[in-house]
Amino acid sequence: MKTVKVFGPGCKRCAAAETMIHEAADNLGLEVEIEKVTDARSIAMAGVMSTPGIAVDGKLVHAGGLPDAGKLESWLSA
Amino acid sequence: MPPKVLLLLALIVFVTGVLRSWFSPEKTRAILAGKREIAGYPLAALLGVFTPFCSCSSVPLFIGFVSAGIPLGVTFSFLIAGPMVGPVGLGLLYGLVGWQIATIYLVFGFTIATVAGWIMGRMGLERYLQDWVRELNTGPVGDLPDERLSFADRLKIGLDQVREILGKVWIWVVIGISIGALIHGYVPEAMMLRIMGGEAWWSVPAAVVVGVPMYTNAAGVIPIVEALLGKGAALGTTLAFMMSVIALSLPEMIILKQVLTYRLIAVFIAVVAAGILATGFLFNIIL
Repeated sequence: MKTVKVFGPGCKRCAAAETMIHEAADNLGLEVEIEKVTDARSIAMAGVMSTPGIAVDGKLVHAGGLPDAGKLESWLSA
Repeated sequence: MPPKVLLLLALIVFVTGVLRSWFSPEKTRAILAGKREIAGYPLAALLGVFTPFCSCSSVPLFIGFVSAGIPLGVTFSFLIAGPMVGPVGLGLLYGLVGWQIATIYLVFGFTIATVAGWIMGRMGLERYLQDWVRELNTGPVGDLPDERLSFADRLKIGLDQVREILGKVWIWVVIGISIGALIHGYVPEAMMLRIMGGEAWWSVPAAVVVGVPMYTNAAGVIPIVEALLGKGAALGTTLAFMMSVIALSLPEMIILKQVLTYRLIAVFIAVVAAGILATGFLFNIIL
């Protein structure tokens, strides 16, 4: 079970990133729990400056724009 | 939109998109954090043009900069330049109005961002940040693993940008062209000269005031600018109008309200507006 955090104030891309994470997890047959972090303060505290940011099991792996689908799978399976 | 203009716009957005793939807010922050303050202002304005960020992340970006010890004024130079000197605006200005005006806009937009940031830096405005921002200390910020991109990846980023940005702005361009056509067809030249001509000094501040609440962007305003200039509006007044629409937008202020007090927002608007007014008056006088 992986915990994935999506950092973003709720823009369109943040929702798209969330969908991509679900798809990548389904492809890998992994179970993921997605937590959305929308509050500006918590986003900043995590060191994210461009949204959406993605952290897998507490480790920030991506910030800004939609992630690459292939890379997303490699982060999730790492 | 004439196909030539569309092509030019696509090309400029593509080139900017590829160039921006070498930059990120994290890298920009690292560059600015190590600079002496005085070199920081023009550098921040320059990086504002090349760092990819959307207005939806301006709050985390603002906090990220300030908590890394980048002076508030330098942060403002960055935040003003980003939207003000964007590729869509410059591309359309070049295509619809001409390279001379596009160059003037580029130079003055960049100068306003640099000088406005510097003035705000001198004013000691840190105490007018929202309390929680001042107390926030993010500590050492974890660096993202550097994503290695091949040149093909960068070209793809450029193409994605073209698709995304053109898909988003075309409707604004269409609206702008329609309003421009109404101005071309129905506004008498004598009236335009009276309202926006070089003799009407009050038209410069009026253009700034009208521009702020106007809910559009560079893509929508530049076809209107083209029509105004065609009807004999003074260049200074038109520049002031365009800059005000692009650089001072209400939605942006509402987003920044999370980190800035009303007082600081008022100072921000006043300083940027003063720069725009100065530009407007300058061109009305020398031309």
